[in-house]
Amino acid sequence: MFNYYLGLALRSLRRNVVLTVLMIAAIGVGIGASMTMLTVFRAMGDDPIPNKSRQLFAVQIQNWEPRRGGSGGAGGSPDNLQEQISYTDAMAFMNMRAARRQTAMYATGAALTPSNPDLRPFQVHTRAAFADFFPMFSVPFLYGAPWTAADDEGRSDVVVIARDLNDKVFAGANPVGKTINLDGRDFRVVGVIDRWEPIPKFYDLNNDMYGKAEQAFVPFNRAIESQMASWGNNNCRGDVGAGWDGHLHSECVWFQFWVELPTAADAEHYRMVLNNYAAEQQRSGRFHWPPNTKLHDVREWLNYQHVVSNEVRILVVVSFSFLLVCLLNAMGLMLAKIMGRAGDIGVRRALGANRGAIFSQCLIEAAVIGFAGGLLGLALTMLGLVGLRSLLSEEVTRLTHFSLADVAIAVSISVIATILAGLYPTWRAAQVQPAWQLKAQ
Amino acid sequence: MELRPILSAMLRNKVGALLIGVQMAITLAILCNGLFIIEQRVILSHRPTGADEANVFVIPNQWVGSPPDLAARQQTDLAALRALPGVVDAFATNSYLLSNGGSSGGVFLTSDQKESSAQTAFYFADEHGLNSLGLRLVAGRNFNSDEVLDRNGNNDLTPASAAIITRALAEKLFPGKSALGQSLFTKPENNTIPIVGVVDRLQVPWVGTWSEKFNDYSIIEPFRYINPYVFYIVHTQPGQLPAVVKSAEKKLFETNRSRVLEKIVSLTDARDDAYKDDRGLAVILGVVCAALVAVTAFGIVGLTSYWVAQRRRQIGIRRALGATRNGIVRYFQTENFLIAAAGALLGIALAVSANLWMVSTFEMQRLHVSYPIIGAVVVLLLGQAAVLWPALKAASIPPALATRA
Repeated sequence: MFNYYLGLALRSLRRNVVLTVLMIAAIGVGIGASMTMLTVFRAMGDDPIPNKSRQLFAVQIQNWEPRRGGSGGAGGSPDNLQEQISYTDAMAFMNMRAARRQTAMYATGAALTPSNPDLRPFQVHTRAAFADFFPMFSVPFLYGAPWTAADDEGRSDVVVIARDLNDKVFAGANPVGKTINLDGRDFRVVGVIDRWEPIPKFYDLNNDMYGKAEQAFVPFNRAIESQMASWGNNNCRGDVGAGWDGHLHSECVWFQFWVELPTAADAEHYRMVLNNYAAEQQRSGRFHWPPNTKLHDVREWLNYQHVVSNEVRILVVVSFSFLLVCLLNAMGLMLAKIMGRAGDIGVRRALGANRGAIFSQCLIEAAVIGFAGGLLGLALTMLGLVGLRSLLSEEVTRLTHFSLADVAIAVSISVIATILAGLYPTWRAAQVQPAWQLKAQ
Repeated sequence: MELRPILSAMLRNKVGALLIGVQMAITLAILCNGLFIIEQRVILSHRPTGADEANVFVIPNQWVGSPPDLAARQQTDLAALRALPGVVDAFATNSYLLSNGGSSGGVFLTSDQKESSAQTAFYFADEHGLNSLGLRLVAGRNFNSDEVLDRNGNNDLTPASAAIITRALAEKLFPGKSALGQSLFTKPENNTIPIVGVVDRLQVPWVGTWSEKFNDYSIIEPFRYINPYVFYIVHTQPGQLPAVVKSAEKKLFETNRSRVLEKIVSLTDARDDAYKDDRGLAVILGVVCAALVAVTAFGIVGLTSYWVAQRRRQIGIRRALGATRNGIVRYFQTENFLIAAAGALLGIALAVSANLWMVSTFEMQRLHVSYPIIGAVVVLLLGQAAVLWPALKAASIPPALATRA
């Protein structure tokens, strides 16, 4: 029966080619536009670490006096919390050891001088972190392993490098035990990270959130002692002393702090510990306000930090409104088409087809249109993504690939939406009175 | 033209009319918000920075390690750059226009003030700064060479001895009077700085929503920025930029090899980069708006054609009873006008509410009144244009049709 109805649908569509093409084109364009934007939107909001995103938390603490509105400045957030924390708090949190794993970190950089004197020095974006960074974020290793807690304590000159840097400096061979020279200081390579590109770079959204992961990682305490300057966002309030130490012990915020808390109970406990710490700071006179701390897991953090750009949000809204217009359009055309065939339907009804049969026939016709529109939409989506990549910055379009899931989504949205749009015209078709139509002939 | 028969015919065809009307309403809402966003983004991406952008480029210079003779090396570099043929002037700084990276802080008028008077961006420059960027001094004077002090990195709190501020900041801080002779107070240096000059315009280094509120509030402080990582800003004679970029890179490596020169960028490139998403958004919205207009127009053509086909007999009868061709055309035009007018009213309401939603969610600006009005006119004209062809077809139905069947 289905095959027969399908055949009927195809014959009916062939009979009025112009109307059919208009409908398929309308749906195809609408699906193409909305799918293009949906793909970008999905890629941007993707969970960068799905198996652990509920166990990793960014830590915030209010260490600045609350702003009493009215100042013409920027940077004031409604919850009075900064996205990053100060050195004082970072060190205190590290020493509490209240989480299963924890790391303070910051973005820095260095010039790498190759051992071959003919090669020019080049820039290496570097991250200063604690040993827990690697197991916490499930960083895959190609060679070697992370440094140890003892290296953190001892401020060892050790480095973990990314695969790309290893290819460049050691031609991809196992470099463990060899050294690289960063800003005039030799660092012993202990490990090489295999391909690892969290997008967005959730562990530090303040600095180049769609950028590449760093090429080198050095122990936090080593970086601080070597006065490796922050290459990232740095916000200050209140008194700042002179020099490196003055800056370090100020209330300037430039560190990210992450903890791994496997269970809800762990998270609850950590919240309490944080609040106790803040309360203690209040008692000691450093904070003149009640404790204000917060934990965000990875997904909450992406939301809090607005990783999906406003441009993309606007385009998603516009493209789906556009799809709505296209569907209304197709609905009108379907109505026209079906009512134009009232006589035809009348004959069928007179020959014994019941309303259900007419309804199914027309609905299958709508589904065929939807399917064809979906296929056209897919092609247009590919085209749209190519266009988008050339028009928008790499940060916005990075890794917006088209997956099998997107193909399925596009075709199902198209078929379902077209069937929905076809419901009313189809219902009207089923209402056709056989006697009236036959009389008019 | 008698409206009653048109309205009663429309009532028999409610859904078709409704579909067209709603479609036109949504089209109008998207169209005017889309065009509004396009206009905003185009204005944004053409906003002048105050510098002679076409003839200025930036060399990010990173020394290997922290050599003790940074200050001397920098003076050698700058002397070499200034001596290159085609170069007007050059200086070293902490941040540059359209780079999205730099130093920002509040400024105060007095030392006991708690909240800052304005959020600003700080640029460091020696006496070559104004000339190297091609800034226009509108009051006061440039820095004297004896005012220029060394600033060793980001953690040096050496107070500035003078400041040049932008005209916008001067008007914000000292409305109605001259900023010259006034002074500023900055933290954490805790120092009072006399204002010696005012430049016409100097944008802050950021271009995002974050800095929108203080986009033109910049302060130039007389510092030689001594840091392992600085930006050399080079001003070239017109047309010389590409040649100077090459010779400058070569010259710097000849002077000292122990450095990294990251990608050299002209301010024109920096502008393209900084506003890429804004221009991209404008282009995409433009394409969507065009497609939208096309889809709506074809929808009207399709549905009206169907109505014409459906009413062939009635039209024939009307023609036989004396209706002129023009009368038939006008009938369909009026019908479309009524639907479009209703759709436009609904569309204006939709457009305004969509805009209000975007104002609250995306910190966008309020829609200017002219947009819904222009949108409504466009939608009405679109309807008339789309209905013309089916209406002419209807008018060509011969009166004799009435006698057949």
